Amino acid sequence: MNVDESLIGVLIGVVALLVVSSVIGAILSARTKSESQRRVIDNLNARTKSWWIMVALLVIAFAFGRVGTLTLFAFASFFALREFITLTPTRPGDYVPLLLSFFVLLPAQYALIGYDRYGIFAIFIPVYAFLLLPAVAAFAADTEDFLARCAKVQWGVMICVYCISYAPALLFLRIPGYERSDALLIVYLLLIVQLSDVLQYVFGKIFGRTKLAPRVSPSKTVEGLLGGGLSATAIGGALFPLTPFTFLESLAMSFAIVAMGFVGGLTLSAVKRSLGAKDWGALIEGHGGVLDRLDSVSFAAPIFFHLTRFFFA
Amino acid sequence: MTGLVLMRPTATALVALVRLLVGAYPRWVGCGPDDRQRIYFANHTSHVDTLAIWSALPRRLRQHTHPVAARDYWGSGFRNYIATRALGAVLIDRSREDKAADPLAPLIELLAQGESLILFPEGTRGSSALPGAFRSGLYRLAQAAPQVELVPVYLDNLHRSMPRGALFPVPLTCTVRFGAPLTAVPGEGKEQFLARARGEVVKLSGVAT
Repeated sequence: MNVDESLIGVLIGVVALLVVSSVIGAILSARTKSESQRRVIDNLNARTKSWWIMVALLVIAFAFGRVGTLTLFAFASFFALREFITLTPTRPGDYVPLLLSFFVLLPAQYALIGYDRYGIFAIFIPVYAFLLLPAVAAFAADTEDFLARCAKVQWGVMICVYCISYAPALLFLRIPGYERSDALLIVYLLLIVQLSDVLQYVFGKIFGRTKLAPRVSPSKTVEGLLGGGLSATAIGGALFPLTPFTFLESLAMSFAIVAMGFVGGLTLSAVKRSLGAKDWGALIEGHGGVLDRLDSVSFAAPIFFHLTRFFFA
Repeated sequence: MTGLVLMRPTATALVALVRLLVGAYPRWVGCGPDDRQRIYFANHTSHVDTLAIWSALPRRLRQHTHPVAARDYWGSGFRNYIATRALGAVLIDRSREDKAADPLAPLIELLAQGESLILFPEGTRGSSALPGAFRSGLYRLAQAAPQVELVPVYLDNLHRSMPRGALFPVPLTCTVRFGAPLTAVPGEGKEQFLARARGEVVKLSGVAT
């Protein structure tokens, strides 16, 4: 992929943000005395540290081009699906469908994207895997909770493989008149989704009064959503020079990304709690699991991809 | 045990594969990863169990910790290579073809040399979250080597990762929980001891009984 000046610019911006956040974290950490504040600030610093690692991984993946980026997201899907299935009760009869999900469907989905087969990758999991997985499960002849078990595996594969794979699929969009580095649209998507999450967290911590859905996600507040969501939308609008969009189009796109990201986080939080857990896993220090970080991306990526494809490609 | 050092790449590759597939994250609940002579005893539900405990141990402890494996399964071909060359496992005769020989003799000998063991006292794989009844091997080893710490270990999720008959594990996050070493109870009989040891593993599982 060709390196774009604006790509470097964004990277410098992100690194600057992380430096600021690390410095603020260190100052807060030195000043804090009370036990409860200590916990919040330790978590904040763990989150920042993990962000450094995640940004580094992304940069390395981008440096290896399309294959590097696809590989990174394929592994992210793998770990997300591993977390999803870990929390989901399965029975021995689910063994073959699960094996297929991890070792056939997942690599096939990313390969189809890599070979630029939009016509197949867009329906491969929602149609073929949807029908194939329960059919294979039926051969195991275990009828206990059959529908629920099939639905859980299908959900895991849809969210963790299909939806997340739309992020690297952005590399392959051909937009007339937009000959820029193909990583820019992924960077745009991830930046808005993650900034929205971070800003909602920050606004929520500072101004949060009214709990939004305490039973689903105790940390989400109305103030956090409005403050974080609107500022992320505004930043997304301002990033329009990176994109094929005009300022207003970019504003609308980033609003769609923020909105989908928010409902993604909320929905997967409800799924997670219905499975009796607080975090999806513990792979990313301070954040929880891979799926805790990608829940909003999984909802935002397919919608952003299709909106861009319908209206611009 | 010179083979162990030479075969480090195999062991390292196996540990990486196990981490990728089932995580095998250690949780030192009741004791730390100390350099003490120990018998780690765990519930047994799959063929990855041994590798999962092995991967959860720090590298320096692995060298002196030998999984106990059944000769009838791990005794030949590629499995034998993995078990004895890469993991330094000690094979025991489950079938007891030679009635006069003590199947535990090689274990007692290793304990006498100061080495640690990984043991599955059920003797065979179960298929549920909780272990079945323990066989007497653990009791006899405890009698023969009273200086060795007996550490209960609980492996979660692996019965789902590799149900009976499965050849390859489904990726699932498994934690390896190490509990507090068993304390000696004077005058305790074999049955009480085995029930208590099993109870400690069950306690680590967090599953209500």
